[in-house]
Amino acid sequence: MSALLEVNNISKRFGGLQAVDRLSLTVNEGEILGLIGPNGAGKSTVFNLINGVYPPDGGSIVFAGQDITGGPPYRVARQGIARAHQIVQPLGGLSVLDNCTVGACFGRQGLGLVPARKVAREVVDMIGLGDRPDMLAASLTTAGKKRLELARALSARPRLLLLDEVLAGLNPTETGGMIETVHKIRDSGVAILMIEHIMRAVMSLSDRIVVLNLGSKLAEGSPQQVADNPDVITAYLGDSKLLSVAEKPA
Amino acid sequence: MWRRPFPWFIVAAALVYALYPYFTDDVGLRESLLLAAVYIILASNLNLMIGYAGYVNFGNIVFFGLGGYICLYLVTALHWHVIPAALTGGVAVSALALLFGLGILRLRGAFFALATIGVNQAIQQLVVNFEPWGGATGIYLSLDAYGPLGGPMQALWRTYLMIVAVTAASLLASYAIRHSKFGLGLLAIGQNEDAASVLGVPTPRYKAMVYSASAFLPAIAGGLYFFKSGIIEPSSAFNLQTSIEAIVMVMLGGSGTILGPALGAFLYEELRGFLLTAQSFSQFQLVIAGALLLLIVQFVPGGLLGWVHQRWPRTRRWLE
Repeated sequence: MSALLEVNNISKRFGGLQAVDRLSLTVNEGEILGLIGPNGAGKSTVFNLINGVYPPDGGSIVFAGQDITGGPPYRVARQGIARAHQIVQPLGGLSVLDNCTVGACFGRQGLGLVPARKVAREVVDMIGLGDRPDMLAASLTTAGKKRLELARALSARPRLLLLDEVLAGLNPTETGGMIETVHKIRDSGVAILMIEHIMRAVMSLSDRIVVLNLGSKLAEGSPQQVADNPDVITAYLGDSKLLSVAEKPA
Repeated sequence: MWRRPFPWFIVAAALVYALYPYFTDDVGLRESLLLAAVYIILASNLNLMIGYAGYVNFGNIVFFGLGGYICLYLVTALHWHVIPAALTGGVAVSALALLFGLGILRLRGAFFALATIGVNQAIQQLVVNFEPWGGATGIYLSLDAYGPLGGPMQALWRTYLMIVAVTAASLLASYAIRHSKFGLGLLAIGQNEDAASVLGVPTPRYKAMVYSASAFLPAIAGGLYFFKSGIIEPSSAFNLQTSIEAIVMVMLGGSGTILGPALGAFLYEELRGFLLTAQSFSQFQLVIAGALLLLIVQFVPGGLLGWVHQRWPRTRRWLE
């Protein structure tokens, strides 16, 4: 497998907070890389650095052989990276179909209006919004808006998809449907970098997992390796020695 | 574009608008329609900024005033024909707006709005102190200037027809932009600029382009209007009050729609004419405009057409 995205030693500081500290990671063609870590570990900041919302203080980001460090976001999108936000960002006054048409018009392929609408139509059907293409995005349910985020990102026909907690806030049935959709997307050849808190989902979906804590990489490996790593357990649950002490009767 | 009925409807309406006072030979009606046409041009082009890209330009009148100055200068000092002079004004102001736009469109929301007022006031002060343009007294046309258009009487009719043509061009441009990839990008910016950028919309370039586009036809209209008036002076060319009235027109008719701003401008002009003739209260239309703006923003943010589209969604298909 060849590397599609190479993140080398990026750092970002916000005032007194070192949000990301010399982080490196690689996403290969066609794989799903899970990015996990406790709240505040810097996961969303990593996404913002990759797609150019903020420039990193140091380090470089190379995508498909091109240096994309520092954005701006629309240039990164054009290169073939699309993103579904954690906090949904629908273009509320536009219809579902128009939202996706924006993605197709200004994404990697930069299509004209007519072919873009056709692509948008296909994606809307595939993502399960095909029954309400003319609905205003603002009037969708939360689950609908999450799907729209995904549909809009896919309409760009990206090579790499950044998924920021697309499962958060969904009920179990909706989660199941979304996991299936993510599988479908990977099978179509799109590489995925996903932030996710629902462990069952991230363990079953990811090929590899990177664990982030306090802005730097704590562990990396297959889902099983990561789950067995004592440092990871400590970061999530507290000191494992303390846990075992507490379990033993004094 | 010409395969849809809407552009043809615009052309037909413009023809009626242009020819009705001509054939009835009603000079009073012509003057009132001319003013309404100028307002439609201002509101319609302002709508590209407010309604499409979501940026409120409080200083929009600067395009009109500057276009007027450039045109009158070319006509008086260099003895140009009014048509190339007005077009040159349009191109020059549009180019200037592109430059300014790349700068001030880094600002957002209230800061952008304040900067646009600043641009208007700064240009007004520059012109006041610019001797070749007559400084504070402005530029006067002699009657000879109307010679190329067949004398003053003929010239008034001809500039009226030209202004109506610019009005039609404004509406057609609104329509063409609304149904283009550029327009879709602008609407995305208007909804959520950060999301639009992440989706790949080149936001700085598009914002500067729409700012520049919204300057072109108002600048030409300014040239024609002040040519018709025969006089231009800084206080009338860069009147901030007209700028704000243009915002009311856009909001009244329905920002973001194609015909809404035109409808709002026409209604506002009629209302203004009615209130101006009521002598008991000078500038009473401004009181009404202020109250109107508050009511619209509070109760019908979509304006007249927005309300119609919401009430009867089918109309959107016909009027957009």
